[in-house]
Amino acid sequence: MKLAATIKKDILILLRDRVGLLLMFLMPLFLVLIVTSIQSSTFDIVGKNRISVLICNKDTGRLSKDFVHALDTSGMFKLTYIGTTVTSQQITEEIRSKDYVAGVLIENGFSGQLQAAAKQTSGKALQSFGLEGDTTTASMPVGENTLNLYYNPVIQQSLKLSVKGVLNSAVQIIQSRETLKDLYFSINEAPMPDSLQNEMLRNNANIKEIQVGTGNEKIVLNASQHNVPAWTIFAMFFVVMSLGSNIVKEKSSGSFIRLKTLPTNYFVALLSKQITYLAVTFLQAFIIFFTGIYLFPLIGLPALQLPQDIIGLIIVTLISGWCAVSYALCVGVFAQTQEQANGFGAVSIVILSILGGLMIPSFIMPESFKPLMAISPLHWCLQAYYGLFLEGGTLRDVGINILSLIIITFTLQAIVLLELKRKKLI
Amino acid sequence: MNVPAIKIEHLGFSYDRQGGKIFSDFSLQVNTGERFGLFGPNGAGKTTLMSLMTGLLPFNEGNIEIAGYSIKNNNKTVKQYFGFVPQDFSFYEELTPAENLEFFGAWYEMDKKEIKTRSEELFNILQLDTVKNNQVKKFSGGMKRKVNLAIGVLHKPGILFLDEPTVGVDVQTRYEIINYLKLLNTNGTTLIYTSHQLSEAEALCNKIALIHHGKIIAFDSLDKLLEEHKQEGLEGLFIHLTGKPFDEA
Repeated sequence: MKLAATIKKDILILLRDRVGLLLMFLMPLFLVLIVTSIQSSTFDIVGKNRISVLICNKDTGRLSKDFVHALDTSGMFKLTYIGTTVTSQQITEEIRSKDYVAGVLIENGFSGQLQAAAKQTSGKALQSFGLEGDTTTASMPVGENTLNLYYNPVIQQSLKLSVKGVLNSAVQIIQSRETLKDLYFSINEAPMPDSLQNEMLRNNANIKEIQVGTGNEKIVLNASQHNVPAWTIFAMFFVVMSLGSNIVKEKSSGSFIRLKTLPTNYFVALLSKQITYLAVTFLQAFIIFFTGIYLFPLIGLPALQLPQDIIGLIIVTLISGWCAVSYALCVGVFAQTQEQANGFGAVSIVILSILGGLMIPSFIMPESFKPLMAISPLHWCLQAYYGLFLEGGTLRDVGINILSLIIITFTLQAIVLLELKRKKLI
Repeated sequence: MNVPAIKIEHLGFSYDRQGGKIFSDFSLQVNTGERFGLFGPNGAGKTTLMSLMTGLLPFNEGNIEIAGYSIKNNNKTVKQYFGFVPQDFSFYEELTPAENLEFFGAWYEMDKKEIKTRSEELFNILQLDTVKNNQVKKFSGGMKRKVNLAIGVLHKPGILFLDEPTVGVDVQTRYEIINYLKLLNTNGTTLIYTSHQLSEAEALCNKIALIHHGKIIAFDSLDKLLEEHKQEGLEGLFIHLTGKPFDEA
C-alpha cells in the first residue's frame, strides 16, 4: 500500500514535469537519430557517398587517362576535374574553399615515367631469363614526383591512408599492365591481346569476408546496429539528470521534513523511485528500439535488427537500467544542491561513456586508459548490447558483462544505503 | 491518572559539539487536551524544541516522552501518534490536495477507504472541495496553508504540532484555521503551537510557555500569567518579563 502509493506519487510528478519528460524521451531520440545519420554517411562512404576528390591532369599521355579512369571506377571517389593550367596554390585554395576531401595533381611526364619504369622492369626480367632486354631509362627519371596528393587537414588519418592506398593500387595496376605488355611484345613481337591482359591482372585471390560473431544469425552491420544500442545506454544513464535532482529537490523541500516525521522508512521512497525510473529506462529503450526498427527506414537510415535472443535483450536492458538508476540514486543522495546533481551527473556520464567506449571505440583507446574501462558501467552495458546486437549472441554469451553490471549495481546500492544510514534517514 | 501529552526532562541540546547549548537541563510538561503555546523571539529555541519533540533532531541528554512513550525507543509508535504542520509547505506542489492526502495517508498507514473518507471530510471543513483536484502549485498562500494543515491532521493525531501554521495568510483564512484548531482540540487533540502572532496565540492557547535564550521564563495559563503580572496581553507580558519588546528580545 505504502509502496504503491509512493510509486503513484512519483509517476504523477514525473508525468507533470514536461521538460523532464522531453529530456528523458525526446532528446535521446534526437541524439540517436543525429549520430546514426552522421555515422551512416561514414559507413556508406564506399557505397553511395563517395569521397569528393579534385583532379588536375597536366599529363598528356595515355597512362594518366588510364589512371584517372581507374580512380573513377574504384567506386570510392567522386571526381571533379579542374583545368590543366592551375597552380599548386590554386588547387590548395579550391580544396579549402569547396570542401574537397583531397586533390590529385598529375604532373606532365606521369605517363612517361610509368612507361619508363615498366620498361626497366620488363628489361630486367628479360635479362634474368637470359634474353635481351631494354633497360634504358626514359626522359623522366623513375622516382621523380609526378603524382601529388593534396588533402584537407580536417580529414582523419585513416581516411587519408585509404585514399593514398587506392592511388597506389591504381598506379601499380597500370604499371604492371605496361610491364606485362612490354614483356609480351619483346617475346612475341606482337601486342598482347586484351583478354590475356585482363586475365593476368585479374585478382584471383578473392577476399571472403567473415563476420566474427557468436550466433548463427547473419547480422548486417550498419550505423543503426552500432549506434542505437550505444546511445540507448547513454540515454538510460542520463536519467541521472532527472532522478538525481529529483532526490535533491525532495531532500531540500518541506515535504522531506514531513516525511521524516511519518511512521514510514525513507527507504520506501527510494525503492519507489528505483521502480519508477527503472520503468522509465525500459520505456526509453523500447521507444529508441522501436524508432530504430520502424522510423529509421522511413527516413533513409538502415533499420535496426533486433537480436535473436529477445529475452536476453530484455534482461540486459533491465539490468542496465537498474545500474543507471542506482548511479543516479548515488548522485542524488550525496549531492547537496540540484546544481551539484545536474552538473556532476551530466559530466560524469559523459566521462564514463568515453571510458566505456560509447564515443571512442575501446580498441583504439590508449593502453593506460583501458583498466579504467572496467569501472565504467556503460562499458559493460555496451559490451552486453554489442554481444547481442552485433555478434548475434545470447544471454549466456554476455554473462560476464551482466555479472560485472550486477557487481557495480550492488556496490552503488550499498554506498547509497550506507550514506542514508549515516544521515539517519533509514 | 492522565499520561502527559509531552514530558521533557533534563533535555540538553546543541547543534555542534563546540557550540553553546541551545537547551540545558530543560524540562517541560504539556497535559493531554491542552492548547499549548510556545512563544519567544527569533532564536529563542521554539523551532528547535519543536524539531526535538517531533524527532527531526536527535538529542543526547535527557528524555522526551510523547503520550508516555520515549521518542528514542518507540520511534514508530510515537510518529503514529502525533501530527506535524511545519512552517514550510510540506507537500508536493505538482500534486492535487486529493493526491497529496492519498500519498501521506498511505505513509500514515491508513487504508484507502479511510483516507478517502477522511480527505472528503477535511476538504469540506477547510473549504477545499472545489479545488481538491487542482495542482497545489496554482494555489494561493492561504489555500496552501490549509493543505499543509489537512495533511497534518489526516490521521486524527492525539497530538498536533503546529509551527507558525498561519504565517502569510489573510485574516479570513487565519480565522478559519484557528476555528478548526479549536474544533480539533474539542475533539481531544492536544495542540502544541508556536507563532509570532501574539494576538492569534491569545485567541487559541489556554496554556503558554515563554522561552528566552533556551529557558522558560513564564509557564501557566494565559489568564493566570496576565493576572499575576498585571498585564493585558502577551506583548506586554513579554516586555514586563524580559525588559525588551518581543521582536527585539
